[in-house]
Amino acid sequence: MTEDELEQAFYRRIENEEKIEPKDWMPEGYRQNLIRQISQHAHSEVIGMQPEGNWITRAPSLRRKAILLAKVQDEGGHGLYLYSTAETLGISRAEMIEALQSCKAKYASIFNYPAQTWADVGAIGWLVDGAAIVNQVSLQRTSYGPYSRSMIRICKEESFHQRQGYELMLTLCRGTEEQKAMAQDALNRFYWPALMMFGPHDSESAHSAKSMQWKIKRESNDDLRQKFIDQTVPQIEFLGLEHPDKDIRWNEERGHYDHGEIDWDEFYRVISGNGPCNRQRIQHHIRVHEEGAWVRDAMSAYQQKKRQRAQAA
Amino acid sequence: MIKEHLDLYEVFIRGKRGLDHKHVGSLHAEDPEQALEYARDIYTRRGEGVSIWVVRSRDITASQEDDSEAFYDPSNDKPYRLATYYRLPDEVNNM
Ligand SMILES: [Fe+2]
Ligand SMILES: [Fe+2]
Repeated sequence: MTEDELEQAFYRRIENEEKIEPKDWMPEGYRQNLIRQISQHAHSEVIGMQPEGNWITRAPSLRRKAILLAKVQDEGGHGLYLYSTAETLGISRAEMIEALQSCKAKYASIFNYPAQTWADVGAIGWLVDGAAIVNQVSLQRTSYGPYSRSMIRICKEESFHQRQGYELMLTLCRGTEEQKAMAQDALNRFYWPALMMFGPHDSESAHSAKSMQWKIKRESNDDLRQKFIDQTVPQIEFLGLEHPDKDIRWNEERGHYDHGEIDWDEFYRVISGNGPCNRQRIQHHIRVHEEGAWVRDAMSAYQQKKRQRAQAA
Repeated sequence: MIKEHLDLYEVFIRGKRGLDHKHVGSLHAEDPEQALEYARDIYTRRGEGVSIWVVRSRDITASQEDDSEAFYDPSNDKPYRLATYYRLPDEVNNM
């Protein structure tokens, strides 16, 4: 087949809602766009372990500690699924890690905010994982087969993350005045950054149009954000907390909540490297990566020894 | 060459684009290319798939079901990994 015919076959598949699989011909732009999005997604899972991991040793009970440990472990697994998925497109894990550590690759800017109190662990599970789920449910229908399959797997595992976070918030809200105030404070700090997770407005989003055309993305940033805003209102009400958005109002005509504007200056400040924890996150990743080098070296030395013994025998 | 001594291959078929490859069976072949052709002849006579993988059986490392108790033990007592472990009131139970 000629390049033209291959391209036509590719677009026919996209048109017919068929998945693209690793060995298929695909336009270079499609491949690069996927590598960018999937590796960014993988980095987010891994960097996202840091703010919550910070609380594992200080969880208030053994039950909470076990839950948090299990959740953070899940996120590490999600990172692995996604790095492997990106590798089907011809990029190596080492290249992706290098791009992350040299700040060429991005990750979800929400993880540049610190988890300052125990209530933040609840707010992160409820809001940050909640927003991630809205996005990932939509991505189950992405056009690239391996990405779609990893999203299906991740969504199954993700369901407990949001529930444990909300349960934690509910416990605090039914506790003392102080505990409830702590929950309110966590909500206030994480609500807006959670909305930013869906990315800039569709009109401002550099990659959106092409991604939608290729069906890598299936719903626009603003539509997904609206979904999250709508589902979160009754959840805040049920906790008996105050909504951080003073402009939130049900719009009968639209069948959605109207809402206040996001502070986009903050969004661009954090995404371009100047959030509260950007440097710390990358430094931590590099440090742990380097400190773990001896384990990788020891494993490969052991493999070599085993191979030599097998040859000698 | 004695036929019985040919390598055993495991065959995996993707039924439809978007689905995982599923194990369907095994066969003997001289080499991977031949295994692929045999697999086509044996396992996809009725359009069962759009893609075939063949893997030399001896290249597969498998866990043993007999050992499963010890092997899976670390996760058996962690019900908090399931969404159903968290009981939420009906009003907010849809998450
Ligand atoms: Fe995750
Ligand atoms: Fe999660």
